[in-house]
Amino acid sequence: MADTPILLREQQYHQIKAVLARLRMDSSAKVVFLVDKDGQEIASQGEVGNLDTTSLASLAAGNVAATGGMAQLIGEKEFPTLSHEGEKESIHISVIGRLLLVIVFDERSSLGLVKLRSKQVSHQLATMFEEIAAGDYDDDSPFAEITDEDIDSLFS
Amino acid sequence: MTFINYASREINCKIVYYGPGLCGKTTNLQYIFDSTAPQARGKLISLATETDRTLFFDFMPLELGTVRGFKTRFHLYTVPGQVFYDASRKLILKGVDGVVFVADSQEERMDANIESLYNLEENLQSQGYDLMKIPYVLQLNKRDLGNIVPVEDLAAELQRKSEPVVEAVASTGVGVFDTLKAVAKQVLTELRKG
Repeated sequence: MADTPILLREQQYHQIKAVLARLRMDSSAKVVFLVDKDGQEIASQGEVGNLDTTSLASLAAGNVAATGGMAQLIGEKEFPTLSHEGEKESIHISVIGRLLLVIVFDERSSLGLVKLRSKQVSHQLATMFEEIAAGDYDDDSPFAEITDEDIDSLFS
Repeated sequence: MTFINYASREINCKIVYYGPGLCGKTTNLQYIFDSTAPQARGKLISLATETDRTLFFDFMPLELGTVRGFKTRFHLYTVPGQVFYDASRKLILKGVDGVVFVADSQEERMDANIESLYNLEENLQSQGYDLMKIPYVLQLNKRDLGNIVPVEDLAAELQRKSEPVVEAVASTGVGVFDTLKAVAKQVLTELRKG
């Protein structure tokens, strides 16, 4: 059996967006993302422009999964942060429970500042996501009443 | 794991194509990519070796349409088929909502199919899933080749439950969308159950 779906309600989404917006400002970052460890993008803030956020989310999750696998091989639980520094653009990823906080930044910021600011919001984001994950899917799922015709219509 | 976002009115599901090396998992994704309108899909990301063998995974997001006012997006992944990439295969199964097992119909690949299927069952188990309960489709690929095992024999050897069995020639697209449909339907039906 697959896992229970996660429901992100509108109010929760906007709360997360607000936290990310503040983090983006405080860390002088270009873009800030919140991604599920399975590679699903939850929310993003910043100069997204033409950035392929779906692919970035999936690759960030793959990256964390691969380094997490390496961590376990050497007896560590996981590597809680990952940083990739490029010539102009850099990426910092923090693992917060089952979430990944991905920050894209350039020379307007610094790795130290990004690390500090992401650590400051990680507890808040973890608490918010715990509430989301604990939400009851059965309560008001829009799919409880889904019909075979609804599903078939996708493929017609 | 299915992710439902009320703010953006989106459902996101993860489907993984599994199977032995060179069975046609990437070819399935490539065909879907080539024959889908650009606005319905994202980029096809391939983390491959210099000789085009999958190193970590292929990934492609695909939007199928709207159900009850929600956009349905399927994230399609392949695993690396070669035996020694087992650690990577395990990671890619995390959070999976549906699995397609792509079997290579050639006689000489029968053992590889069986080994890969056992490996799938084991790796699903290690992530807390049960093949018998997860949305699942068996695709019999390469039906256009000469040295192939009859469908009944392949099904007798590889079918694990009453999963749909789809004959395919992924390189020309035969059976590719039927396979996707069959697994996507099961995933959405699971959502109904909650």
